[in-house]
Amino acid sequence: MSAKGYEAGVKDYQLTYWDPDYTPKDTDILAVFKVTPQPGVPREEAAAAVCAESSTGTWTTVWTDLLTDLEHYKGRAYRIEDVPGDPEAFYAYIAYPIDLFEEGSVVNVLTSLAGNVFGFKAVRGLRLEDIRFPLHYVMTCGGPPNGIRVERDKLNKYGRPLLGCTIKPKLGLSAKNYGRAVYEALRGGLDFTKDDENVNSQPFMRWRDRFDFVMEAVHKAEAETGERKGHYLNVTAPTCEEMLERAEYAKALGSRIIMHDFLTAGFTAHTSLANWCRRNGMLLHVHRAMHAVIDRNPKHGIHFRVLTKMLRLAGGDHLHSGTVVGKLEGDRAATLGWIDLMREKFVSEDRSRGIFFDQDFGTMPGMFPVASGGIHVWHMPVLLAIFGDDAVLQFGGGTLGHPWGNAAGATANRVALEACVEARNRGRDLEREGGDILRAAAQHSPELREALETWKEVKFEFETVDRLETAPAE
Amino acid sequence: MLDIQPHELRVGDPGSRKYETFSYLPPFTEEQIRDQIRYIIDRGWTCAVEYTEPERADSAYWHMWKLPLFGVTDVDEVLRELKACREAHPDCLVRLMGYDNLRQTQGLTLVVYRPETEPEQC
Repeated sequence: MSAKGYEAGVKDYQLTYWDPDYTPKDTDILAVFKVTPQPGVPREEAAAAVCAESSTGTWTTVWTDLLTDLEHYKGRAYRIEDVPGDPEAFYAYIAYPIDLFEEGSVVNVLTSLAGNVFGFKAVRGLRLEDIRFPLHYVMTCGGPPNGIRVERDKLNKYGRPLLGCTIKPKLGLSAKNYGRAVYEALRGGLDFTKDDENVNSQPFMRWRDRFDFVMEAVHKAEAETGERKGHYLNVTAPTCEEMLERAEYAKALGSRIIMHDFLTAGFTAHTSLANWCRRNGMLLHVHRAMHAVIDRNPKHGIHFRVLTKMLRLAGGDHLHSGTVVGKLEGDRAATLGWIDLMREKFVSEDRSRGIFFDQDFGTMPGMFPVASGGIHVWHMPVLLAIFGDDAVLQFGGGTLGHPWGNAAGATANRVALEACVEARNRGRDLEREGGDILRAAAQHSPELREALETWKEVKFEFETVDRLETAPAE
Repeated sequence: MLDIQPHELRVGDPGSRKYETFSYLPPFTEEQIRDQIRYIIDRGWTCAVEYTEPERADSAYWHMWKLPLFGVTDVDEVLRELKACREAHPDCLVRLMGYDNLRQTQGLTLVVYRPETEPEQC
């Protein structure tokens, strides 16, 4: 029998949901939110409100509360921290019991943690900065369908990053001309070519025609070079049925890999596709289209590292991570943090890289981070230094914009990459000596020499909008 | 006339074929080969030597030369095995592998020797 009577009315959230003496259990899902409260709302109350509204609570007591084991199921806000450099906001740490969540469902976790609280009036801004998934929950998720090790074994590519290229122009090519661009890039020495994220099945190029011509191009390039190749056939579609129909056709044509836009398609569709890939031995490249809507504003939204973790749990073999040095946004330390979350089995808490919790992925395989966006051959040394071997480096304009065409652009990038790997293996400093390494390699490669000439002045140097908050140096 | 250098591939042409890591660079000198052997050993990986007839290079499995060189940390010894394999099979491609038993993968694999003349293939 319930010990308390029913007391109708509104009470302060913090009476129930703020518990600074609570020690999080190993089985809890933990979250940290950056909260910007309305002026006059005490921090503990704001933190408790966020906690209540993302777990069991609502704005008033209800009699049915007393039919539940509230002590077991409620979320608990257990810690508050300052945000360095931002006096308006604070970090609120919240622990959720594991049985609030359906097993293997990042959809359910996302709906629970972010479904209700972001429009809450007591809070002016709210950002979900990080989630700690207990190993118990990780084990209920499918994870990457193949993973880095299996992908390397399937492609027979070791000891270097993989090279790709998004076919440009984004839109407007016929399927046959598109296949030509694919063939030229692959025969020149790239491992992969890629559909752009919004190439689905438009009137100027229907998906089945694209798949047919692209696979003819892939097979021709493989036969001529003797190396294994792939093109990420985009199966993003208006419905799940069509998505799976396209995936099946890609498999029937012998493609090694397909791609999907996980945010615009939604986690339910994406998880279904990842499960299909796992059952069918298909590599899955994942594009993060629309992520910047969610993750770019430092005061409101969901940080990219959370999207990364959820995607790894749902399943993907490649995920776009940003390049740090190219045309799109990305702070270096934070990028290194989420790259670790993509690849490693265990990532330790490290606030200098924006990692708020120890995260154990158990035996779940890792994903390749994909660096893509405004990079070209002069960036090769620093890209190799930042990303290491287990990454896919993609040069769209940086391949197709070569004055001699795609094949020469591809060869230039492949020669540059291999020269940088060789130099690194011999102990040279890539970031200091990169220019010399490239120029030396260009002596044996007319394609590379031409590429270095073409792009020598292009730089992208703007201040990052979203930076990690770290305490200023004394 | 467009100033573009021609660069065609043919299915049967050995000159069109590549062999993954480092095959887009000029053939390695002995010094360069030693540097890569050293890189593999410094990382705690196990060197191994394999070879194949060029017609079978697309298979995942090449012929094993003896067994992987477990516990061998002497660069010269690894180089001797590579050369011995080369001498015994001059018509074959020879590759150096670095097995990483902790991550269950090959940390680095590169073709070190190609035959003097490779046959045309269909």
